Amino acid sequence: MRHKAVMLTGNAAAAWGARLARAEYIPAYPITPQTEIIETLTKWIQEGEMDAKLVQLESEHSMLTAAGTASLTGVRVFTATSSQGLLYGFEMLYNIAGWRAPLVLVNVSRALAAPISLEPDHNDVLAARDSGFIQLHAETCQEVLDFILLAYRVAEDRRVMLPAIVNMDGFYLSFTREPVKIREQDLVDEFLPHYSAVNPFRASRHVAKGSAVVGGHIYSYFKYHMHEALRRAHDVFIEAARSFSRKFGELYHPVSGYMLDDAEYVLVMSNSFATLGKHVVKLMRQRGVPAGLLKISMIRPFPAEEIANSLKGRKAVAVFDQNISLGLGGIIYNEVLGALYGCPKRPEIVLSVIGGVGGKWLSVEEMEKIFDELKRLERSGITKPRPLFLFRRDELTHIERVLKLAGTIEVSHHE
Amino acid sequence: MSETRFKTLRDTPLEDYLTPGSPLCAGCGGQLGLRIFHKVLGRNVVFVNAAGCLTLMFVYPYAPLRSSWMYTAFASAPAGAQGIRDALDILLAKHRIEPDEDLKVVVVTGDGAAYDIGLQATSGAIQRGLDFYYFVYDNEAYGNTGFQWSSATPVGSSTTTTPSSRFSPAGSLAEKKDLFEIWRAHKPPYVATVSVAHAVDMMRKIERSMGMRGPKLFIALAPCPTGWGFDPSEAIRIAKLAVETGVWPLKEAINGETRHTYIPRALRPVEEYLKTQARFAHLFKPKKQQEIINMIQERVNEYWLRVAEAEGITIKLATEVK
Ligand code: SF4
Repeated sequence: MRHKAVMLTGNAAAAWGARLARAEYIPAYPITPQTEIIETLTKWIQEGEMDAKLVQLESEHSMLTAAGTASLTGVRVFTATSSQGLLYGFEMLYNIAGWRAPLVLVNVSRALAAPISLEPDHNDVLAARDSGFIQLHAETCQEVLDFILLAYRVAEDRRVMLPAIVNMDGFYLSFTREPVKIREQDLVDEFLPHYSAVNPFRASRHVAKGSAVVGGHIYSYFKYHMHEALRRAHDVFIEAARSFSRKFGELYHPVSGYMLDDAEYVLVMSNSFATLGKHVVKLMRQRGVPAGLLKISMIRPFPAEEIANSLKGRKAVAVFDQNISLGLGGIIYNEVLGALYGCPKRPEIVLSVIGGVGGKWLSVEEMEKIFDELKRLERSGITKPRPLFLFRRDELTHIERVLKLAGTIEVSHHE
Repeated sequence: MSETRFKTLRDTPLEDYLTPGSPLCAGCGGQLGLRIFHKVLGRNVVFVNAAGCLTLMFVYPYAPLRSSWMYTAFASAPAGAQGIRDALDILLAKHRIEPDEDLKVVVVTGDGAAYDIGLQATSGAIQRGLDFYYFVYDNEAYGNTGFQWSSATPVGSSTTTTPSSRFSPAGSLAEKKDLFEIWRAHKPPYVATVSVAHAVDMMRKIERSMGMRGPKLFIALAPCPTGWGFDPSEAIRIAKLAVETGVWPLKEAINGETRHTYIPRALRPVEEYLKTQARFAHLFKPKKQQEIINMIQERVNEYWLRVAEAEGITIKLATEVK
């Protein structure tokens, strides 16, 4: 392709995505680790490099409201938030989807309070999984940029007309520089035609949006329609991804494999830790273990069929969740199980792994442990494994040490 | 200020944008206020609504207004107005729409949204200088959910969450939040209180504000037969009494400078207003709560004494009924 890669943080890549998509309206509100995105956009707008209006609102709730109504009025809208901000504006996610406003929201994942933290996990973005937003989760800074372009194309398609979230991990992507190809503007313009809203607010034609419904059947009618539209987003994405690859080279898929073809032990992952997962798969291969990785990039619509097809016939599968649905376990694990049920040659062993919660660092050893565990389960014939919670002895020791330092007299823990 | 289309009620525009068949209560002051507001603004309006009684005017697939409507959420109608206004401005600047496709953006909410849950969003929109109208129909409680206390509820009113009981015979004892002053402190170009019983005053105010850019804010006292407890035919008489007793002052503030647009030179006793509504009935029966009535009267007196002093006029106060 024409451009060489430059080193960009995930946040800068997100800003480039919005700029290349020619987003015209950016309602904003600062929150770590997202803020760099809106600062970058502000700078470009101030310097005349980007033709857009950025308005700082007084909360994420207002920010999302303004984003939705502007999109309905007929401008391309970009916005970004994280964590507490996403939850503060949460009711508007359902509204924006219900309004069929095809805007793009970047969420920079960050664990939810309490305890308050800055580091990433996916409880924030997965809380929005039932809202009607398309969800694309990025592994790399390049994917952040490219997924924003794809997200607009799919969201604004008349067969879909739903908003999209592009997710990236705080810190591991947001503040990490990686080589990123900034796509050529003329090609992006070809890939992403002008947005035209459905029945926007105009003096010549009056419309009512967001009207109340009375009667569950009318509510159901709308929700079924939205569900169908979101299901259609899957095929529209495949179409868009093909057109994207013709212009830019990379071909994206809702799910993609790494050393998967002949793999017997498969690790299912998403987001930035998938890179570490791939590294460990390579190490396992060097040791003669037929390991592979399945990365899920599209969380909504959930690509259940592709997941089932990719996992059928494998000896053992581990689903890695960087989230915890308290009282249930890993969210993606349960969704993958649902996808596998009814699949003729489904794997007998499906292990739930929970790790990286609150941005907890994952060592190679912890990741290797997952494969050890899969092999152990296979040998012992246990088909209903207990979840594996990744946590190291030295991490516990550290907690004990700081508790002592803080003057806590007794430290007790359960093995 | 002398130039006005509206000299008497006969100058009320004939065009009506509210069609018959709206599902709100008969005699609803809020809806009447909206109707007058709409007449003056004309047809090219998009209303941005927050949860409240008027939300139920638009029940899919019916639309009783000949204008556009956007229901947002309880807390963020002004932010919804921001998105529409900004988008229209972007489209106009880029010549993607003709100037005659432009719309006036009007937030319309009840007091729950305006005084309580949406105050932050309103403060933000005013402070950003958003070019919009805000019309509050203030029925002094959460009417749509069955009349619960809001921060617009006046002293002495019973609501379902501040009932008159053995423990609190007076009903609500909290002062009504002074939204006019809160808004005025933001120094928007225009803030006014209005009454559906003073339609000419109201129309003039809307007209006056229409020449201004920025936030143009209106609080209408909205008699609510269902919540306040009176016969729908009494709505206008009660609205009038609120003004004549001095309970509801009619005023405006242009760039922060307040001026009363109607001064009742001889206040009628607040008791005359209170007696008309079931929400104040406990102040009279089974035992008259004179202390509370006097307290309400005193607040009104204090207010108008300050006005009289500032204006250099005399206002005859209502004598306290003993
Ligand atoms: S409850 Fe009151 S404010 Fe609500 S529609 Fe009925 S009369 Fe109007």
